[in-house]
Amino acid sequence: MLQTAQQTAKLKRKKRAPASLGEAAADKTAPPHERFLEAFRWMLLARTLEEKLVSLYRGGQITGGVYIGKGQEAVSVACGLFLEKGDIFAPLIRDQAGRSAFGEPLVDVTRTYLGSRLGPMRGRDGNIHRGHPRDNELAMISHLGAMVSVTVGTLMAKRFRGEKDFVGLTCIGEGGMQTGAFHEGMNIAAVEQAPLVVVATNNHYAYSTANDREFACDDLVERAIGYGFEGYNLDGTDLAACLDVIGGAVKRARAGRPPQLVVASVLRLSGHGEHDDASYVSEEMKRQAFARDCVKVAEQTIIESNLLDQDTLAEWRKDAVAQVDDAVATAQKEAVPEADKEDWCALSTRDLVDHTEENE
Amino acid sequence: MSITYLEAIREAQAKLLRDDDRVFIYGQDVGGTFGGAFKATKGLATEFPGRVLNTPISEDAIVGTAIGAAMQGMRPIVEMQFADFSSVALNQILNNAGTHYWRTGVPVPITVRLPSGGTKGSGPFHSQSMESLYAHYPGLIVMTPATVEDAYTMLIEAVAIDDPVVYCEHKYLYYHLKADKLPDKGLPTGRARIAREGRDLTVVSYSAMTQESLAAAEELAREGLEVEVVDLRTVKPLDTDTVLASVARTGRLLCVGESFPWGGTNAEVIARVTSQGFHLLDAAPRRLNAKDTPIPYHPNLWSAHRPNAKNIVAKARALLRE
Repeated sequence: MLQTAQQTAKLKRKKRAPASLGEAAADKTAPPHERFLEAFRWMLLARTLEEKLVSLYRGGQITGGVYIGKGQEAVSVACGLFLEKGDIFAPLIRDQAGRSAFGEPLVDVTRTYLGSRLGPMRGRDGNIHRGHPRDNELAMISHLGAMVSVTVGTLMAKRFRGEKDFVGLTCIGEGGMQTGAFHEGMNIAAVEQAPLVVVATNNHYAYSTANDREFACDDLVERAIGYGFEGYNLDGTDLAACLDVIGGAVKRARAGRPPQLVVASVLRLSGHGEHDDASYVSEEMKRQAFARDCVKVAEQTIIESNLLDQDTLAEWRKDAVAQVDDAVATAQKEAVPEADKEDWCALSTRDLVDHTEENE
Repeated sequence: MSITYLEAIREAQAKLLRDDDRVFIYGQDVGGTFGGAFKATKGLATEFPGRVLNTPISEDAIVGTAIGAAMQGMRPIVEMQFADFSSVALNQILNNAGTHYWRTGVPVPITVRLPSGGTKGSGPFHSQSMESLYAHYPGLIVMTPATVEDAYTMLIEAVAIDDPVVYCEHKYLYYHLKADKLPDKGLPTGRARIAREGRDLTVVSYSAMTQESLAAAEELAREGLEVEVVDLRTVKPLDTDTVLASVARTGRLLCVGESFPWGGTNAEVIARVTSQGFHLLDAAPRRLNAKDTPIPYHPNLWSAHRPNAKNIVAKARALLRE
């Protein structure tokens, strides 16, 4: 009991207040302002892209759902930004900013949403289930929590091969944190002492279900101790804090500290998907501090601290729109899959395919 | 010298660990000096330090971890302590490993060993045969070795295959089945084997039911009835050609499997034979499965729950009279 109490005290000391811009030096290779601006630019691109996707969806040009990360860009971008070549990234459904910062080309997104035959999923899977496993960007499945242990496995493989200085980072929401798979994955990560960072974003809704029906503990970050992780809280609306805390977690995992859990607080500023008007989110909820729009907050910081002039900001916006329009136009021109030309084969070992009449 | 089915599985794993740096074994109690609930990994942790690893009781995460390692070039072998517990890992096996190549073009070469099937006294949660469930889903290969030789060569082959393999090893055969020596090479994966030739009736079987079917065939031979026993070896892919060729010789088909009756491998074989070889049949094809109840604990109930040589004989006689 004593040890637990001590650990709790230790954990509480580690909780971070939102850091000021000057403290956002998670990676010494980039001065804080440059890192902040680089992150902001990815956020702007993600926001612009997702607004376009929403518009295409409303115009009936996207089949299936559209799931956006509005309000979570600051957390997400920090997840992608500190990973280096050889690191593993297992993003989740609201991680456009992080995916872009990690290196996913915009055209991957538009090709997947628009079903291009040339996209990474070739019309076989859609929207946010995309990935490039060979380039260390894992392709999530819809079953939440499942990617935690998969990420651990990728790190074990690297360890078996004798690689050094690598980390894995996987994202989850407070909804996904309640699955058995998440629990098993966290435990096995700690048992294996994997160099893993788990970034959990509490956006206060699992689809329409609010926190009070999701979990009953006071603070999700306290679970870190139980798993054998080091845990940190984070104001996910504050980009500087996101860079500081997530950058720090990546650094510690890389340096051989125990696995790291970061729990960020935000409000999901969209529906679960674009089919969902989120009318269940109360006005009171929208007035909470965690309901701030991280993109606007970061922009305000930039203006107030005079990090960029208005012309440059306008230029960045214009550039984001141009990149997005280009990616959409490219994907729209490309061929979609055709059933009679599809390779209906779920195995790479072609001579072991089971021959059913349905597949002939 | 004689070697058991269980020893063949251990020897195959020893060879795999010896020959291939990418191989590691991951599962509950497989490591240390213990070597697994059935001792299928006995001594391997000592011989191959750091490559035979105990895990928490976390079937989902065990398979998830293996999947991640396989994506990065490793060849993990997962031991499920009992096939029954793989239900906890269904999501990772079916939705992650089974879909990954189709979705991304990157295969996931994991081998999941399932100690399967009944032994007396094991009850509802330590006796299941899960092959039909896994075969139902796309993207997986499902092996069901029925002999010591196949237990050995098919496990080596399973690890060599770039796609996920569910390897169903039968617990009843662990100690009951013996061979003089282990072969270097077996039949190709996906090819069924004629375990016994006969002209009156085709019995299609796999895993422990091949042994029961051979015993039944022996008894029927005393009555002058010649039963051909086909051992599927892999239930997926299913060697429909070998089955059809056998039915073409005999005109009669009985399918024997230990899993539950609804749907499944027997149903699939019968569906294929009736749709592709209806004209070959002299009588309606029949099947024999376990009963559609949970698997009972008491030996009196258990021995009546699953197919065995005795009721295979009865079913075969009835079919031969039709």
